[in-house]
This record gives sequence, structure tokens and C-alpha cells, in this order.
Amino acid sequence: MDWFNIMVTTVEAAVGVETVFYMLAAIGINLHFGYTGLLNFGQAAFLGVAAYGLAVTVVTIGLPFWVGIGIGLASVILLALLLGIPTLRLRADYLAIVTIAAAEIVRLIFRSVTFKDYFGGSDGRYGFSEGFFAMNPFSKGEYGIGPFTFNERVTWVLLIGWILVGLSCLVIYMLMKSPWGRVLKAIREDEEAVRALGKNVFSYKMQSLILGGLIGSFGGYIYALGYASVQPDAFSTELTFYAYTIVILGGAARVFGPVVGSMIFWVLLVFIGNLLNELIEAQYITWMSVNQIGAFRFMLVGLGLVLLLVFRPQGIFGDKREIALDAR
Amino acid sequence: MHAETKPTDHKAAALAAFKDLQREPGVTKPDPILVVDNVVRRFGGLTAVDVKHVEIQRGSITALIGPNGAGKTTFFNQLTGFDTADAGEWTFNGSRMNGVAAHKVARSGMVRTFQLTKALSKLTVIENMRLGAQNQKGESFFRALLPSSWRAQEDEITARADELLARFKLDAKREDFAGSLSGGQRKLLEMARALMVRPELVMLDEPMAGVNPALTQSLLGHVKDLREQGMTVLFVEHDMDMVRDISDWVIVMAQGTVIAEGPPDTIMSDARVIDAYLGAHHDAPLSEEELEEQLQEAEAALEAEVEEEAGK
Repeated sequence: MDWFNIMVTTVEAAVGVETVFYMLAAIGINLHFGYTGLLNFGQAAFLGVAAYGLAVTVVTIGLPFWVGIGIGLASVILLALLLGIPTLRLRADYLAIVTIAAAEIVRLIFRSVTFKDYFGGSDGRYGFSEGFFAMNPFSKGEYGIGPFTFNERVTWVLLIGWILVGLSCLVIYMLMKSPWGRVLKAIREDEEAVRALGKNVFSYKMQSLILGGLIGSFGGYIYALGYASVQPDAFSTELTFYAYTIVILGGAARVFGPVVGSMIFWVLLVFIGNLLNELIEAQYITWMSVNQIGAFRFMLVGLGLVLLLVFRPQGIFGDKREIALDAR
Repeated sequence: MHAETKPTDHKAAALAAFKDLQREPGVTKPDPILVVDNVVRRFGGLTAVDVKHVEIQRGSITALIGPNGAGKTTFFNQLTGFDTADAGEWTFNGSRMNGVAAHKVARSGMVRTFQLTKALSKLTVIENMRLGAQNQKGESFFRALLPSSWRAQEDEITARADELLARFKLDAKREDFAGSLSGGQRKLLEMARALMVRPELVMLDEPMAGVNPALTQSLLGHVKDLREQGMTVLFVEHDMDMVRDISDWVIVMAQGTVIAEGPPDTIMSDARVIDAYLGAHHDAPLSEEELEEQLQEAEAALEAEVEEEAGK
């Protein structure tokens, strides 16, 4: 068994592209769900719309990279308005229903045959990231410490990714220390009380939906650039539910909850995957094949989430007095 | 601290305003702060509220009473924008308020509390209080990111909140989560928080419900204090002792309509009020013939029961 290889890939997973991409999606969810109490089950759509906004602008229309980023962000705001205006006045569960459906509609449009010329069908789009890598300050080579290294492209994506994570956390931290954040936390608990005190609840929920969507959209860009391509099925509801798992794991309504949650989530997933792989190849496990690892480790995720909700519903950093998912 | 039994200027003024009024539903007041006309709210086939005309005198404490299901809370919800009336118009300080969103109603100076207390239990007591303040710079998204733009105002708000907390004897609980307060303390907090809005009209929905007797006197004192500070109070209450103790004027609702108005000491002897309360569990008889009819029905039912018993 190659323990060294398991250790290297596991440690790399703690800071890798996938971790950062989910981290950003989860920071957005944390603003929606953790601080405002909005059940947005369509976070995948925000990431998808941003990533496709970039890809389509550059590949299909042929405009520069930065225009693509701008169009992606504008599309995210538009999506938030579209989802929010009809549903944010209703009870929380309606937003959940509408967002999960909207995310699937968005994904199915991206992969539809009808719009293949624009979105590239199920193959998606690639070849839009030159503008980004043209700015890469790292010359060709491997960067890292000891055995943990990334090539210059991944290093550049990760640098930008972590800067975005840092900025997002800073913004959330400052907002939650401010009267604006106080209104949000109050809305999470009882909208009517907040309304009775003269606050425009609808407007705050909309602001939260837009900001969380924008932070999530950074994750969409990191995905698109990290893999230099976008495929519709990368933005399925699975993404949203992993992001929720990450938020709950790390602790909802905590600034660093999603950051630590995402690291632990991916470290565990990669470690279990690699360990099973090695065990099967070394013939220690004979009752399953290498192909089944993917499905099996997600069963473990489900089990882990159930145990978490039962034994530590506030997550790792959460304060039980402030927010805890009532599983019992 | 509280204005006790000694009548004060404000109380005297309020009583004087009501002195020569007719004891009729919908009677015109000398200086109304709130004027309501033809408010109707239906739930399916049930007409929960159908108020023709009602006025609330500025600077007074007015009680809104009535048997269960009379539509008092529904009426409150219409007036404060928490529910949409099917028809009707009302003005507060002369400006039209029907169809205005709840948060705008509150901003205009008409602030309510709830029957089931809505203390935000996962915020601390002081944060609850700060939330009530209006026109906070730090509540706008972009300014929130610049603490220097709202820090000074936040300090002012905190100072005012601390003053109110001291007055309501909640200062020791300042840093506690509101969820750790007792039922009565939550009522106090909700009232104090409503005062942070700087209201002109305070609407209290059952301020005494679930409050232990030890806190009752203190709560009553605080309600009287509101009048002393020039605010108008409209409250819904079941506790007749409280109504008699603190209100200057009483409005009685039954089956969605205002059936009587008058001063607290005589209102309970009003025939319409007695009917409304005693008839609340039956179909209220509308006329003498109907009453006679109901009595006969009851007699017949009793006789039938006795005969059945005898037959066994």
C-alpha cells in the first residue's frame, strides 16, 4: 500500500480547486441559510449561470475575458431577482421549492440540444480561460512545499480562489458585526417582529440572496478556470446539497464555518476514496470493486451527515444557543 | 417612578376629553390620532372584522375588549398592515394608512406588539433593543462595510437603549439572550423595544397574557408611563381588572363589529356588552322572541332527556 501517495493527495485536497470551489458556494449558502434563514436550494444555478456567463461570452460571442466575468455577475444578480421577487414575500419553504426547480431548469437548458450552439450541450464549453492564464504571474513549473506541489496554472487558480475566499469571509465578518447583519439575524428568527420595527424585510432578504449568489458565483468561476471547461452536470443539485453539508459540518452562522467545513469534507472524501482504492488494489477488500468507491463514499457522507445532525447539530464551530438544526 | 393613583395632567386631560362624549359605538372624539372607516376582513364565508367607524383619542389609553373570536387581533392586524383588509380606509395622524406595508406603518409612528411575544430569543437583550431604532446608517448594505460611518450613531442608540432597559429593570439582563428571559420579562422587552422606534401610537396585543402577578403592577405602571410621555395607547386585553385600572376609554367588539364604547367604570353594565359576553358560547338572541324561543328549545331538550332516563 502506498501510504505516502494517500497522504499527499489528502493534504492537497485540503487546499485544492474543488475545496475552494465548494467553499465559496458554501459561504454563499451560509449567508442565505445560516444568517438570513433563506432556504436556497438552488445555489448550483448561481454557480452555473456565472460559469456559463463567462464561457458563452468568451467562446460563443467572442468577447474578452473580463466582459465574460461582468456578464456572469450580472446574470447572477438577474437570477437572484427573478427567484426572489415572486418568492421572498412568501413563507420560507416556497423559496426552497422554487430555487431547487429553477436550478434544474437552468441545468437542463445548458445541456439541451436546442441550445447546443450557445451552451455546447452536455459537453459544455471550453477554451475561454486564455485571458485568465495570460495574467498568470507564475512561470512554468511546480509550486509548493516538499511533496505537495501544484503546476503553475493550478497555483494561479488557487491563489485567486483563496483571495476570493479571504475577501468573502472579510465582507461577511464586517457585515455581521454591523446593524445590517443584526437585521438579517433578526429576520432569520422572526420576520414579523422585524417588520413591526419598521424594517423592509423583503429588501434585506433580496440583498442577502444577491450577495450570497455573488459569492457562490466566485466558486463557479474557480470551477470553470480550474478545469478550463464547464459542463452542465457539474452544476446539479448535488453541488447544492454538498454545500449545505459543508455549512452544517463547519457550523452555520459562523464566518469560518464553511471554510473549515469544506476542508474537512474534501479531506475526508479524498482520504476515504484513496484508502479504499489502495485496499482494493492490495486485495484487502474483495467485496467491492474500484468502480464502486465513488458511490460508496457518498453513502458514507450521508451517514456522516445523519450522525452530525444527531450528535452535533450546531456543527463544529456553531453556537447551539444561536443556531442548531433541530434534528430531534 | 410610575404615576400611581394620583391623577396627572395627562390622565386628567384624557379624562376631560372623554367627559361629554356619548356612549355610542363610533362616537366622534375631540382629537383623534386614528380614524377608521368601514374596515372589512373576511375569511371565506366568515366576516372576522366589520367595523363601521371608530376613532382613537390622542394621548389617551384606550382598551379594546370583547369575547374570544370577536376579531380584536384581526382588527389590529389590518390597522398595522400585517394582514390585508378586503375593504376600508383609515388614517393615522391624517395620512391614509390602508394598503400601506407593515414596516412603513411602523415607521410612521404606529408600533405594535404581539399576543404571542416576539422577543427575538437568539439575539441578546441589548441587540433586541438596538434593532428597534429607526434610520440607522449601518443598516444600509454599503455603509455597513464602513464602521466609521455608523459607529457614532450606534453609540447613541446604545445609550438610549440602556436608559430604557434601566427604566424597564432589564439592565441586569443586558447581555443575556432574550430566550433566557421569563414570559413577563419578554413582554417588558417587547414593549421597551417598541419604544426604541419612538412611536406616537403604541398598540399592545394582550400585554398581560402569561405575565406572572408579580410583574403585572410593573407592566401596568409602564403602560401608564407611555401616556405620561405623550404617547397614545391602544391595547387588547381580557383582564377586566387591568382594563378598569388603566384605561380612559373602552371599545367593545363582538363578532367583528364595535358594539359599544364608553368609560371603563360603566361599560361592563352596558346591556349590549353583557349580551356579547354571556351569549358568546351560544347563538346570541337578537330579540326577545328569539330568546323566548331558545328557552323553549332548551326546555324541550331537557324534558326529552328526562323522559329517556325514565324509560330505561
